[in-house]
Amino acid sequence: MTSSAVAPGATTSENGEPRAARRSDRARDEARLGWWLAGPAFVVMLAVTIYPILQAFYDSLFSYRLTAPSDKEFNAGQNYVVVLSDPVFWQAFLVTAVITIITVLVELVLGFFLALVMHRAIRQLRGVLRTAILVPYGIITVVSAFAWFYAFDINSGFVNHWFDWVPGIDPDLNWFAHQGTSLFVIMASEIWKTTPFISLLLLAGLSQVPGELEEAAQVDGATAWQRLQRVVLPNMKAAIMVAVLFRALDAFRIFDNVFIMTNGANGTDVLSLLAYRTSIGRLEIGLGSAISVLLFLCVIGICFVAIKLFKVDLASARGEG
Amino acid sequence: MRRRNRGMAATAALALALTLAACASESGPPTLTWYINPDNGGQVEIASRCTEAAEGEYRITTEVLPRDAASQREQLARRLAAKDSSIDIMSLDPPFIPELAEPGFLAPIPDDVAEAVTADVVQGAIDGATWRDELVAIPFWANTQLLWYRKSVAEKAGLDPSKEPVTWQQIMDAAAEQGKVLGVQGAKAESLTVWINALVESAGGHIIENPEAPADEVELGLESDAGRAAAEIIGTIGREGLGGAGLPTADENATMTVFQRDNGSFMVNWPFVWSATNAAVEDGTLDADLVDDIGWAIYPRVDEGTEARPPYGGINLGIGAFSAHVDFALAAAQCIVSPENQAYYFATNGNPPASTKAYDDEAVQEAFPMADVIRESLENAAPRPQTPYYNEVSTGLQETWHPPASVDPETTPTTSTDFITAVLRGEALL
Repeated sequence: MTSSAVAPGATTSENGEPRAARRSDRARDEARLGWWLAGPAFVVMLAVTIYPILQAFYDSLFSYRLTAPSDKEFNAGQNYVVVLSDPVFWQAFLVTAVITIITVLVELVLGFFLALVMHRAIRQLRGVLRTAILVPYGIITVVSAFAWFYAFDINSGFVNHWFDWVPGIDPDLNWFAHQGTSLFVIMASEIWKTTPFISLLLLAGLSQVPGELEEAAQVDGATAWQRLQRVVLPNMKAAIMVAVLFRALDAFRIFDNVFIMTNGANGTDVLSLLAYRTSIGRLEIGLGSAISVLLFLCVIGICFVAIKLFKVDLASARGEG
Repeated sequence: MRRRNRGMAATAALALALTLAACASESGPPTLTWYINPDNGGQVEIASRCTEAAEGEYRITTEVLPRDAASQREQLARRLAAKDSSIDIMSLDPPFIPELAEPGFLAPIPDDVAEAVTADVVQGAIDGATWRDELVAIPFWANTQLLWYRKSVAEKAGLDPSKEPVTWQQIMDAAAEQGKVLGVQGAKAESLTVWINALVESAGGHIIENPEAPADEVELGLESDAGRAAAEIIGTIGREGLGGAGLPTADENATMTVFQRDNGSFMVNWPFVWSATNAAVEDGTLDADLVDDIGWAIYPRVDEGTEARPPYGGINLGIGAFSAHVDFALAAAQCIVSPENQAYYFATNGNPPASTKAYDDEAVQEAFPMADVIRESLENAAPRPQTPYYNEVSTGLQETWHPPASVDPETTPTTSTDFITAVLRGEALL
């Protein structure tokens, strides 16, 4: 990683310290070119992310209802007090956290399995397999949410009829009338839809594991399980951590599935839906912005924990480490 | 190089010509934009009829709003808060009218127009278009729920709802005795508020006692005999399974599906179920005998001696306060709501007119044999609470009265009163 922090053309002094102060012309030109290439994108990113974030933070300090613009007044953090002292927020937080943890874990295991299948598949089958596995990921989340909703719906669904041999499932089971069953369908749909994403990231990691290492281990008499545990997994740790981080950030912002299937009924409210209902539904811009800011802080928190504590190295996952 | 220049000149000339053409089309009569809720094409047809009737004075184009009423309100409120001048006429769901009228998002309706558009209009529709004793929207079509029943079930229970008004207790007993399912809307959605409001109003109460009060002074009327009677009915239907296993997720469409099955008995629902059931029979997905077994009557009573106050819905037309052509928009809206257009809309799209005259139209009587019952129901219909904070009140009710089986007359009215009051004071989240 240290080496990647130094410009490729830079020379090192005798004691190994980079002489950043006296870079060659070429290094300077490359750095400048880098800024020219990345600069515009960087400015656009700032404009479309920093501005709304600051605006949301500013709005969150006011008591402000869109249909009563003249009553807008500064209330100095009162919105945060209301949100953080309300059990509705903590219930939504808990449900969001549960959904995030369970779906990411299941997706990781399933995704790894699918990545192995894609990696080891016979050359002729590889294309077909990859396409088949990627199909769910290509479906729009709202569409997939509706498909799952109608499959489990008590009136139009087929699940109750097809699976009535499973204990607990009968034609009178209303999946969307209880917290546990609703969350089950929401998570199942989420897992079905995004496992391909994780498996793609893991496939990239798998293909980076040098074949010689595995062969050497095999020659030494390692079993398949030992090879997986001792050779493959340690070598793709970076890819796994990046996959987990990306999915966790995504899963924490879950919205579509819950919105379509239950709209937060029966204790299935999640943070995004709460923020949506407050700012868009109730038009309470101040209170809603406060929830959005808190949601944003949670996401930052997840990033921080992953990058600092678990030392996820985003660069090495791209093969630059 | 020269050839390239010539090519560029040609392109520029073409672009200029196109721009001029675009300008030319704008210099004609003013174009009014009517934001409509999705329907079966009726409003588009009425827009073109009124464009023709205006004889070149103005043209009406339509823009379609989202499917459900809550999203329609969200879009209109956001646009109007940003002073969108493209909104000339809008189709509004009545409960949200006070919220848009209070901050001055709706252009005032002059007295002479108000007088003209309320003549021969059912009372429920006038109430729904009024805020602070002023008409703020123009009644277009008015909806109400009827009691739909399977004649075979009613007969077996010794009831004839078309002759003698029935009570909730009677239909609950009938369904329980015959092991049938009642069609009521128990989903956590607007339809639940519609049900609660109709029950509370039928029992002689109101969900909000002072609808015009500011948010922190709103007083709820749920902790009353009427509120407890409503909770008793909803709770009993939920706990005893009278609404079937689908009750906690049943909206209007799901209720209709249940009613059409063999275990259907009584259902409260909007008149669209009649055209939808007939269409399904025509398609062959339902048995033709079903239609003959369906009867209709006025909404059930809570109290035997008190007339029911059925739900009121529909669409009223608001005029955008920021429109550049308010006068034309008012004229166009008056054309849209003419009795002929309302009759056309009912006969083709199934949306009952607000004008009593339109019910006498032959096409209407043919398509909807229950038209007279609908008109009678509309005269007694009670609007949902008319307050600028309707969304909070409605969502608060749905939070506390769902699932139906959890509703308890002893606790639910108090819980929901406390909750909604706290939300309105900005002390709790929804």
